[in-house]
Amino acid sequence: MSILINKDTKVITQGMTGKVGQFHTYHCRAYANGANCFVAGVNPKKAGENFEGVPVYASVMDAKKATGATVSVIYVPPSGAAAAIDEAVEADLDLVICITEGIPVHDMLKTRYKMQGKRTVLIGPNCPGLITPDEIKIGIMPGHIHKKGRIGVVSRSGTLTYEAVGQLTALGMGQSSCVGIGGDPINGTKHIDVMKLFNDDPETDAVIMVGEIGGSDEEECARWIKDNMNKPVVGFIAGVTAPEGKRMGHAGAIISGGQGGANEKLAVMEECGIHITRNPAEMGRVMQKVLKG
Amino acid sequence: MKIHEYQGKEILREFGVPTPRGVACFSVDEAVSAAQKLGGNVWVVKAQIHAGGRGKGGGVKVAKSQEQVREYANQILGMQLVTHQTGPEGQKVRRLLIEEGAQIVKEYYVGMVIDRSKQRVVLMASSEGGMDIEEVAAHTPEKIHKVWIDPVKGLTDAESDDIARKIGIPEAALAEARACLQGLYRSFVEKDAMLAEINPLVLTGDNHVRALDAKFNFDSNALYRRPEIVAMRDLDEEDPAEVEASKFDLSYISLDGDIGCLVNGAGLAMATMDIIKLYGGNPANFLDVGGGASKEKVTEAFKLMLKNPNLKAILVNIFGGIMKCDVIAEGVVAAAREVHLNVPLVVRLEGTNVELGKKILADSGLPIISGNDMADAAQKVVAAAKGK
Repeated sequence: MSILINKDTKVITQGMTGKVGQFHTYHCRAYANGANCFVAGVNPKKAGENFEGVPVYASVMDAKKATGATVSVIYVPPSGAAAAIDEAVEADLDLVICITEGIPVHDMLKTRYKMQGKRTVLIGPNCPGLITPDEIKIGIMPGHIHKKGRIGVVSRSGTLTYEAVGQLTALGMGQSSCVGIGGDPINGTKHIDVMKLFNDDPETDAVIMVGEIGGSDEEECARWIKDNMNKPVVGFIAGVTAPEGKRMGHAGAIISGGQGGANEKLAVMEECGIHITRNPAEMGRVMQKVLKG
Repeated sequence: MKIHEYQGKEILREFGVPTPRGVACFSVDEAVSAAQKLGGNVWVVKAQIHAGGRGKGGGVKVAKSQEQVREYANQILGMQLVTHQTGPEGQKVRRLLIEEGAQIVKEYYVGMVIDRSKQRVVLMASSEGGMDIEEVAAHTPEKIHKVWIDPVKGLTDAESDDIARKIGIPEAALAEARACLQGLYRSFVEKDAMLAEINPLVLTGDNHVRALDAKFNFDSNALYRRPEIVAMRDLDEEDPAEVEASKFDLSYISLDGDIGCLVNGAGLAMATMDIIKLYGGNPANFLDVGGGASKEKVTEAFKLMLKNPNLKAILVNIFGGIMKCDVIAEGVVAAAREVHLNVPLVVRLEGTNVELGKKILADSGLPIISGNDMADAAQKVVAAAKGK
């Protein structure tokens, strides 16, 4: 088992016909059961066409009706990406994964407002996507560094997630699912939401949680872990050396008003029983030690 | 993206927020003629830099005559203004705002930011105007009142009046306070702001409410649809290296250490800085070359890092996913040749086509130090920077 997605998930790709969408759709279909999972694309101007045999529909609703897909992934450029999320929510999909980086934050505020009371779960935006190794990859991560196994990974960053996964795989520890929740200040699924899913997943034994400066999501998740989690968690926070008031690449990675600093986050996480490391090269080894008891 | 106070006040006026009358000036003569044009007998001479804390640093003076306007303009224009936000080197004052004086009875604070956990715009207001809001939040948090604004309804009259009363604005001035708060909210949303602050908002002797200061920070992701905001950008106020980097779509932040870092991905770039520090070194910069770094981008990134006179070594840390290690290695080799690298270079490659990438580095004949993993690379670059 795994969380959120598996080999039977049927996926619609919004923005499949663009350069980025084509590239990643190709690689997602080439990974594990991907050829059977990615069943539709959406482009109102190209309905009826296809990309490498994947049919293109005019709308998410049309694609859902024709294929029974319940999940979508979005590569639409920033100016139209929030509207693409809205469309997927309107079509009542189970899960929407928005890869797009650079969406105006006021657009995301409106989109999140419209999502209140809806059942659709959003991952991202500005995220690498998610993967259940040897079953399905939805997003832009390199599939070959992953290995099927029993460690869950949740992270706000892309390449830092690959770093964590690479360390686990090198030490022989496979992953149940890896979820990139994205680096934007206003996003969908947060650390705590993914942590709950991992806690309930019988095939996940432990979790690596990778955070970064900005906001207070890691602290919120840590407090939940303290009271509820029955599996060990290893944690790292990027940005101990980041100066205050500067946006460190990710729109959400900024220490403001003395809040959102890495040391404060690490202190709360440690207090809550998370096995923290301040060395990003040690995430895998700390997990190994924790599992050996 | 930040703007100057006088530009912020232009925006506020556009949204119906009353401000004192004022004129932006670039010379002492302009300042004096601005005072003449404004009339009256009290003027405020205000340094225009992006950093806060200008008053305490001597960048804001009240002039009681036109001679004094000249004197203060002369003093302030061209000075290196040091505030708690500029760093010890300060920021050169190149622009002034000459404003009519206001008779101040009471000062308030009002500001807006995006509350990440509630996913709403939040209005914050306090009776403690003129003070650093972070100080107020730390010492007397009960004096900060908040309203989380419904994006469909906007800031309602009732919400506005309620918070205005809570911070002590008198009944006679509530309608004008409402214009200020609602105007602030509309400008915040319609101009894609991330932060908007009026500190202080003041009550005058005749019960008028005026924005005496204006501070805005805009969402850089939304600038494509706000050309009028982009036109307000003042490159003199920004770090030259960061401005240069933005031309090549590189995300770059200058730091005060001596080890340059070139990394793909923001999270890994921060983690790379952290691990350098952990092994006893000091990062010179944050640099994320992004997911699709070309040879040209890598070359520009090297040029940027080498402009730093403190630079003692460079660490390239790449986890190739979509970006293939061989492509990056070719970029690094080409860049190192083009820029005549004169500091030690440590390269750590991982991910797609890593063996091919390492071979390209080894075959280049360049004195590149190879890092086996992140820890090994960080230790090697720290040693290299120390001349070991």
